[in-house]
Amino acid sequence: MFGYYFGLALRSLRRTPVLTALMVLAIGMGIGACITTLTVLRVLSGDPLPGRSGRLYYPQLDPTGRRNTEPEALMTYLDAANLWREHRADRQAIVVSANVKVFGPQPGARPQGVSTVATTADFFPMFGVPFAHGAAWSADEDRDKARVAVISAALNDRLFGGADSVGRSIRLDRWDFRIVGVLGAWHPQPRFYDLLGAGAFAGGDDVFIPFATSRDLAELGIQGAGVDCWGQLTDEVHLENQPCLWLQYWVELDTPARAAAYRDYLRRYAMQQKALGRYTHAHVALRDLMEWLAYNQVVPADVRLQAWLAFGFLLVCLLNTVGLLLARFLRRRGEIGVRRALGASRLDVFGQLLVESGTVGLAGGGLGLLLALAGLWAVRHSPSDYARLAQLDATMLGVTFALAVCASLLAGLLPAWRACQVPPALQLKVN
Amino acid sequence: MALHPILSSLRRHKLAALLIVLEIAVACAILCNAVFVIRERLQRMQVTTGVAEHELVWIKTDGIDGDDAGARLERNLAALRGLAGVRSAALAFPLPLANTSMNFNPELDAAGTKHGPNIGMYLGSPGYLDTLGVKRVAGRDFAAAEYDAMDSWQPRSPAMLVTRALAARLWPGQDPLGQAFWVGGRRYAVIGVVDHLVRGDLRGSASEYAVMMAARPNRLFSGLYVLRVDPAARGRIVREAADTLLRLNPTMLVNDKGTYAELRAAYFRQDRAMAWLLAAVCAGLLAITALGIVGLTSFWVSQRSRQIGIRRALGATRGDILRYFQLENLLLVGAGIAAGMLLAYALNLLLMKHYELPRLPLSYLPVGALALWLLGQLAVLGPALRAAAVPPVVATRSV
Repeated sequence: MFGYYFGLALRSLRRTPVLTALMVLAIGMGIGACITTLTVLRVLSGDPLPGRSGRLYYPQLDPTGRRNTEPEALMTYLDAANLWREHRADRQAIVVSANVKVFGPQPGARPQGVSTVATTADFFPMFGVPFAHGAAWSADEDRDKARVAVISAALNDRLFGGADSVGRSIRLDRWDFRIVGVLGAWHPQPRFYDLLGAGAFAGGDDVFIPFATSRDLAELGIQGAGVDCWGQLTDEVHLENQPCLWLQYWVELDTPARAAAYRDYLRRYAMQQKALGRYTHAHVALRDLMEWLAYNQVVPADVRLQAWLAFGFLLVCLLNTVGLLLARFLRRRGEIGVRRALGASRLDVFGQLLVESGTVGLAGGGLGLLLALAGLWAVRHSPSDYARLAQLDATMLGVTFALAVCASLLAGLLPAWRACQVPPALQLKVN
Repeated sequence: MALHPILSSLRRHKLAALLIVLEIAVACAILCNAVFVIRERLQRMQVTTGVAEHELVWIKTDGIDGDDAGARLERNLAALRGLAGVRSAALAFPLPLANTSMNFNPELDAAGTKHGPNIGMYLGSPGYLDTLGVKRVAGRDFAAAEYDAMDSWQPRSPAMLVTRALAARLWPGQDPLGQAFWVGGRRYAVIGVVDHLVRGDLRGSASEYAVMMAARPNRLFSGLYVLRVDPAARGRIVREAADTLLRLNPTMLVNDKGTYAELRAAYFRQDRAMAWLLAAVCAGLLAITALGIVGLTSFWVSQRSRQIGIRRALGATRGDILRYFQLENLLLVGAGIAAGMLLAYALNLLLMKHYELPRLPLSYLPVGALALWLLGQLAVLGPALRAAAVPPVVATRSV
C-alpha cells in the first residue's frame, strides 16, 4: 500500500510542479538553516573525552572573596600546591600554558613560538593522551624539577622529520630539555583542559613540561593568558607567593562517592583556610568536565541564538507548507470524494495524503542537505575560531532527513485531516 | 469597497486565512528582532577607537630580554623609523580592540579605602601619543623626563592622561587636570585629557575608561611595536618592519603583525558574520512569506474563478476584482502584523533575558508593519491580476 501511495504522490506532485517546487523550497530552506546551525552547535558542545569526561572534575576555591557568591575560576599557586600535596583525588594535574620560544636541533635555525603546557605527570593518563614514542615523565621527575619534555607529533615532524626523537633534546628559550615522549594524534575539541589559558578552540599544544620545572625556570614565563591579581604584587616573575590567580587544576574521581568525598574535602579545606585567616569566604565548587564547559560558555551565545533563529525560520517555512498543502489537498476534493465513494476509508485517504506530505519532506530534506553543505562550507570559510570544525557527520545526515520528514508529516497532519473530512456523496454531487 | 463580502468569504476559509495570519505573525516577530540585532551589531562596529586607524601598523614580538634590552629596543625603533614611508615608531601596549589588556581598579584616596571602576591602562614609549594619533583636548603631552623605565607592571612616572569619558566618570563637573588616584599606594596625577581612546576590548559604557601612562622601553616593556605610516604603503611596511626586526634580532619571534585596519576587522568578525547571517535569514523569511502568499492566493483565485466570473457578469469591473484581493490581503497581513507585534515583543523579552539584548525600540514596529504590508501587496498583485483577467463568460460554464 505504501509503495502505491508513494507512486500516487509522485504522480500528483508532478501534476502541479510550481506548487510542489514551492513546498520543497520552503522545507529545504528551513531544514538547511537548521542543520547548518545544529551542526555547528553540536560540534561546539561536544564531549571532548567521551567515556572519560564523567570522571574528570575541576575544583574551584575562593581565596579573594571578591565575588561574594561564586568561587574563583583560576587557582593560586599556594592552593594548587596544597591540594597537590594532600593528594585526595585518584589523579590530579595542574595546568598552565604559554607561548614559548623553541629551538630545534639544527644549529643557527630561527626559533619557533610554540604553545607549551606546564603540567604534572598525571595529565597524560588522566586525559587518555596517546604516545607514539616514549612515555610521560614520572612523579619523581615532577618532584625533581627534571628538564624533560613531551612533544606533539606535529612538532616532532617539524623538528625531527617524524623520527623517534626520544632521548634527543630541544631548547626552550635558554634551557635544554630531554625529550621523553612524543604524542600520537591528540586533539580534544573543545580544548577543555586550558579554557582559561589559550582558549577552547586554540590550536594544538606542542610541548609539555613538568610544572615544577616551569617554576624552577620561572623566566620561561609560563603563567597562562590571564594572570589575575587582586592585591599588590611584589614580584611578577615568581608568582608563587603573590595574590594572583593563574593556575588550572584538574582531578580524576573514579566514582560518584569519591566525588562527593572530594567535595567535602574541598569544603573542609576552605573552612580551614578561613580559620587561618587566608580566606574570607569558604565558597567551593567541583564541576565535572561538561559542567565546566557549560559554566565557561564554551558555546558562543551567538551560535545558540543562530540555532534558535534557524528553528524560527523553519517554523515559518512549515506554516507556509501547511498552507500550501491545505490548498493542494482541498483542490483535490473531487478525487478524494471518488476514492471515498469507491470504498476507501478515511484512514486510507489520510494515510495517502500523509505519504504525499512525507514525499515532499524527503525532497525538501535533499534540498536542505545541499543547502546545509553550502552553509557549512561558508562557516568553514568564515574567520571564527571554530570554523575548521564545522563538518557534517553521518548522524547529522540522518538527522537532516528525519527532521525533514517529521516536519513535513507534521505540516501534513492538519491539511490531510481536513481533506479526509470530505463526505463522499457531497463531492460527487457538486461535480 | 465594502468589507462585508471579504469577511464572509474569509470565514469560509478560516483555516487557510489563519495559517497566513500565523505565518506573517511569526515572520514579523523574527524580522523585527533580527533587524534590531543587525542594527545593534552594526552600531557596535561603528565605535570610534581614538587612534589614527588608517595609518597604523603593528608588529607583535616576544620581547627582548637582558640588561641591554633598552639600548637594543632603541636601536630597533631607530631602524623602523628609517624605513621609507614610516612617520614615527614607538613601543606601546595594548592597542584598542586588540583583545589584550592591562586593567586595574584605582584607589580614590591615599588611604586606599575607596575603589574606582575598572580601568584599562595604556603604556607607551616617547612620542607614542603622536604615533597612535590620539587627540588631546586639554592639558599637555608627557615631557621627555616623564618616560621612566619600569620595574613592575606599574610605571614609575606619576604622570598620566585620561580619556574624557573616564574624567567625567571619576571627577564629574570638575577640571580633571591635576586630579589624582592611587594604584597600590602609588599616586598618579592627570596632566592631560584625550578625546577618545577605546580599551583593548569593548565593555559597554566602560569601553573608554582608559589612562595613558609613560614608560621607557626595557625588558618588561618590549613586545609591541606600533608604526604610524603612509597609508598607501601599509602592506609593504608591515613586511619590511618584520624583516628588519628579525634581521636585527636573530632569536626574536614575530608572533603576529598587520595593519590596524586588519586588527579592527578581526575584533568585529563575529559581529559581521552574525549581521550577514541575520540578513540572509531575513531575506529568506521575506521570500518564503511572499511565496506562501502567492501560492495560497493563487489557489483561492482558481477556486473562486466561477464566482469571479459571476461578479464580473453582474457588472463588477476588473478594478473591483483586483481591489477585492488586494483588500483581502491587506486585512490578512494586518491581522498577522497585529499578532506579530505582540509576538515580537514577547520574543524580545526572551532575548533580553537570555542574550543581554536591549529592549526593542517601539519605532521598529510600524516600520516592520509597513514593510510586511508592502510585501503582502507585492505578493498578491500577480494572483489578483490573474483574477481580474477572468472573463465574465466563465460564469456560464460548468466546471
